[in-house]
Parts: sequence; C-alpha cells; structure tokens
Amino acid sequence: MGKYIVRRLLQMIPVALGATFLIYAMVFSLPGDPTTGKCGERNCPPEFVAAFNEKYNLDDPLLVQYGKYMGNVLQGDLGEAQSGLPVSEELSERYVITFKLGGMALAIEAVIGILAGIVAGLRKGGFLDALVLVSTLFVISIPVFVIGNVSQLFFGIELGWFPVTVPFEPSLFDLFMPAMVLASASVAYLARLMRSSMAENLRSDYVRTANAKGLGPSRVVGVHTLRNSMIPVVTFLGYDFGALLGGAIITEGIFNIYGVGGYIFQGISDQDGIAVVSSVTVLVVIYLLMNLLADVLYGVLDPRISHD
Amino acid sequence: MTSLDKSTDVATLGHGDAPLLEVDDLYVEFHTRDGIAKAINGVSFHLEAGETLAVLGESGSGKSVTAQAIMGILDMPPAVVPRGAVRYAGRDLLTMSPKERRKIRGPEISMIFQDALSALNPVFPVGWQIAEMFRVHKGMNRRDAQAEAIRLMERVQIPAAKDRVRSYPHQFSGGMRQRIMIAMAIALNPRILIADEPTTALDVTVQAQIMALLQEIQEESGMGLILITHDLGVVADVADRIAVMYAGRIVESADVLPLYADPAHPYTEGLLASIPQLEQKGKELYAIKGLPPSLLRMPDGCKFNPRCSRAQDICRTDDPELREVVPGRWSRCHFAEEVLGD
Repeated sequence: MGKYIVRRLLQMIPVALGATFLIYAMVFSLPGDPTTGKCGERNCPPEFVAAFNEKYNLDDPLLVQYGKYMGNVLQGDLGEAQSGLPVSEELSERYVITFKLGGMALAIEAVIGILAGIVAGLRKGGFLDALVLVSTLFVISIPVFVIGNVSQLFFGIELGWFPVTVPFEPSLFDLFMPAMVLASASVAYLARLMRSSMAENLRSDYVRTANAKGLGPSRVVGVHTLRNSMIPVVTFLGYDFGALLGGAIITEGIFNIYGVGGYIFQGISDQDGIAVVSSVTVLVVIYLLMNLLADVLYGVLDPRISHD
Repeated sequence: MTSLDKSTDVATLGHGDAPLLEVDDLYVEFHTRDGIAKAINGVSFHLEAGETLAVLGESGSGKSVTAQAIMGILDMPPAVVPRGAVRYAGRDLLTMSPKERRKIRGPEISMIFQDALSALNPVFPVGWQIAEMFRVHKGMNRRDAQAEAIRLMERVQIPAAKDRVRSYPHQFSGGMRQRIMIAMAIALNPRILIADEPTTALDVTVQAQIMALLQEIQEESGMGLILITHDLGVVADVADRIAVMYAGRIVESADVLPLYADPAHPYTEGLLASIPQLEQKGKELYAIKGLPPSLLRMPDGCKFNPRCSRAQDICRTDDPELREVVPGRWSRCHFAEEVLGD
C-alpha cells in the first residue's frame, strides 16, 4: 500500500506539470492586451507597458515564461497578481471558504444521495423509486445557474428562509443554500448510482445466501447488500469532491461568495495569468490527491482490489 | 396436539410417522410481464433422516425453484405459491411467519449453492461469514464464533484453517470455496441440507472430493440430504432415491439402482441413453430431441409428448398421473409398464 501511494504521488508530477502548462498556455493565448484599462480612459504610456511586460515576463516566449513561473512555484512562491497582492495570501483566505462550501456540498450529496438511492433501490419500480428517478432527472436537466438563481429568488427573496447573497465571512448557515445548489446535480447522479448499485446487489447470489442463512431483513440489507453497494458510491464521492470545487466557480458567482471561484473568474477577465494559473494549480493538486484517496478507499472497501 | 412453545426444539415435535420433510402438491408460479410462468406444477416428495434424495432434471425443470421454495428464499413477488405445503417435522413451513421461518432456515434446513464464488459475499472474510451463523442464531460473541468458524473449516478439511479464517472468498480455489459454503451450511447442525448443483462449477476430481465430504458429513450427522443435479454420474454413487423432474413436475421416482437398471419413463430413458459410453466410441452421441416446453405455454396432454418417441394420440390429449407402476416405482407415463418392460 505504501509503495502504491508513493508511486501514485510520483505519477502526479507529470500530470500536474502538464495541466498547469496547458492552463498557462491558454491564458497566454487569450486575445487582448492585459494593460487595457490599467491607466484609466486612455492607452497606457509605453514606459508603463514596458515596465509591466518586464515585471510579468510578458516579452519572453511562452516556454520561458512558464519556466520562470514554475521555478518560483516550486520555491513556494505562487507569485503576485496584477493587483500587486501575493496570490498565496489571497488564495489561503479564499480556499477556506471554497473548501467549506465544497465540503458542505459533499456532505449534502452523500447524505441525500445515498438515502434516496437506498429507498429507490430497495423497491425498484415502486412509488418512491419513480419519485427519485423523476426528481433526479429533473435536477440533472436544469443547468446549475438556473437552479441557483431560482432558489435565490424563491428561498431567498420570496420566502426569506436563507440569505440571498453570502457575506464576506460566511457562517455555515449562510453557505447552506449555495451548498445545496452546488450539490444538486451531484446528488442526482449519486442517488441514481446508489439505486442501481443497491438493486443489482439485492439480486446477487450472496444476498440469496444471506437469506438462506436465516438472517433478518435488516441484516441482509444493512450489512450484506449495503457494504457492497457502497463501493462505487464512495469512490464516486472521492472523485466528485474535486469536481465540486471546480463547479463552485458558478455557484460562487451567483451568491457572491468570496471564494476561489470568484478569484479565477476575475483573473480570466483581467488576463491575470499568474492569478489564474496559481489558483488552478492548487485545484489540480487537490483534485489529484482526492482521486488518490478515492482509489485507496476503493482498495479498502473491496478486498478484491489489490494495491500491492 | 399439545400447545407449541416457541422455544421447544422442533426436533422433539416430529411424530414417529411424520417424515422429516414432506413436500405436498407444491405449485410455484412466476408472475411476469409476459404472463404466468408455471415453474412447479404439483410436486410431492418426502425425505427421511439420513436419506439422500437426488432431484434430477435439466435447466428449467424446476429443481432449483423447488429447493428455494423449501428454503423460503424465493423472491415474492414475482414468485407465488398458489397451492401446496412444505412440512418440516409435521409443521407447514409455508404458513409460518417470516420470523419463525428464519429460525428454521440455517439452524434446521440449510442450503449450499452451485457457484460458491458468487454465493459468498466478496467483501467479508470467510471466517466472518461462517461465524455469522453463530452470532445471529446463537447470540455468540465474536471470539467464540470465530473459534467455531475455525473448527468448521478444519471439519471440511481446509488446510491451515487458523491462518485462512481471515482470507476473502476470492483468495480460495473453487473446491476450497465450496468447502467454505458447506462449512457455513452445516454450522448449526441442520437436520436437512439442500445441495443445489454443489459440484457443477468444479473440476471432476474436485467434484468427487466434495461429494465424498458431503457423504461423510451426512453419515456422521444423520441429516437428510437433497441433492439437486443434472449430472447422472454424480447421483449414482451417492443417492438413495431419485426424483426425475420435467417441466416442473416429478415424472419418475424410484430407488437409484432400479431406476438406472430399468427406467419407467421415456424421459429418464432418454437421459440415461445420453450418457456417453466407452463402447459407443466413434458413434454419434444420443440426445433427446427438441427443447423443454416454455413454462408460459405448456403443451396439452403429457408435457413430454412433443419430444417423446413413444408418444401416441392419448399422450397429446390426456395428461398422465404420477402412479405407482410396481411397488416403490412411480412414473408419470401412460405406457410406464411398456417402458419398464423394455
């Protein structure tokens, strides 16, 4: 197991390098002039442009720029955004909030998705199963920005249950509605995954054996079926956490949350390569680590998978 | 009869005349989208302690469904039992509450399945799965139950049982896995063991070992054994009596030796003729022509008539009864005497 983890960590290096380079290249190739608007309602004087380009290595070829940037990152310096603030400072504040949001969304996804999946899978073709299938299809079909804006309007303004936007230092309650919105599509996918996993395992031979052993229904379902049905679900949750952090960009925009998403969005519109690439690099690394965690969990849950 | 205390050992309830297990005119149907599939159509047999009854038939003849109906592990729905009784030591299992039934399932009547790899839970150690019988039915603690599991694994001749008790099913060979299944099934000393094609998934040499083990356990414990199989070879050495099933009914029932020597039903005759013999080398193998009838659409008259070489007009209109042709020999054929005479 230890060897496996080390090998996976080593494999992450080329993946992280490749991912950051692609992002760097994409920001680099964005059309437009990064100094636009930096000097009020006029073009910047040539001296400013020259100094600006000098400071951010913008005159160098792409590879050299990237090399210089990565050299700093490896020394723990994520660079300075165009605003003049160090990226690492900004990110450390913002990641706390984004993590809170993503973590809440993951918890909501796990609880609701698994419960709904169990209820549906236990009686395939029954009323609750149909309810889960129809409601999840409904949620999957609607884009997240529509769900976000509609719930903002309905639960925030009409009913007044939740704050419409999220304050600068949000409490868990403030983040509840955004987390629900962020989790919505994932809940639907997870419920369906759990449902089919349950239904499939209930028909399996070892469940028949469990019945033949004279075990009660709660043990047959709760121990023998559930444990097997959870294998794909837990793995999915692990992979999905990274996706939730990425998906937070839209949700954070809707609810005006001071998180990483907003920072990346701002960075893209400002063509602030350093800010975007540094934020995304951190996302990439988190995503890779979560994937590794999910794979390790897979081996723990399913003894047939060996990580030696 | 005196009032039945729930805690009374069922073993003490059996009357001298009541067989250990009696299946009486059992019907099982599956209600599917395409219609009603009549899987079992009036099956009756009995089993005594220490006896081995082989239930023989091809796929879809209803032998596994019969076993699952006795165990009470049919999925209901879609399965429905419209008629019949399954009496264990005189008590009808089909009218029992699910809770009462669970006390019989495992401790009194247990079952082993064809494919032990899929029949054992892949995510729990084998010792845990055996020990579960003691923990659930006897309320034993983990450690004692584990010790019992090791004892049983030794009983079924698994080498280094102590070291292997924490291994998972996929870490065993096919034969060893089937031994684990057997250990689990005999854990609580059941009085009846139903073995549903226990050796079908195994190599021939391993088959013989498993059958020998089952026989040994049976002799030691005196339990009744129902051996479900489609393999005539397995049956001959082990069984006392044979019930041949076709289209959800017993078509012939007899002691092993007379049945092999001289079948009393054309279907049995065909089955025996399809066993490859050395002296037939080079000749074409015999096969019963045609396919078993669809359970959704049974033929009129005798259910075997479309495949029967002896079929006459009466076979296409009148459904024969299972009748005693000579003492101890039952056949469901209009011409049983002629078949027997050939």
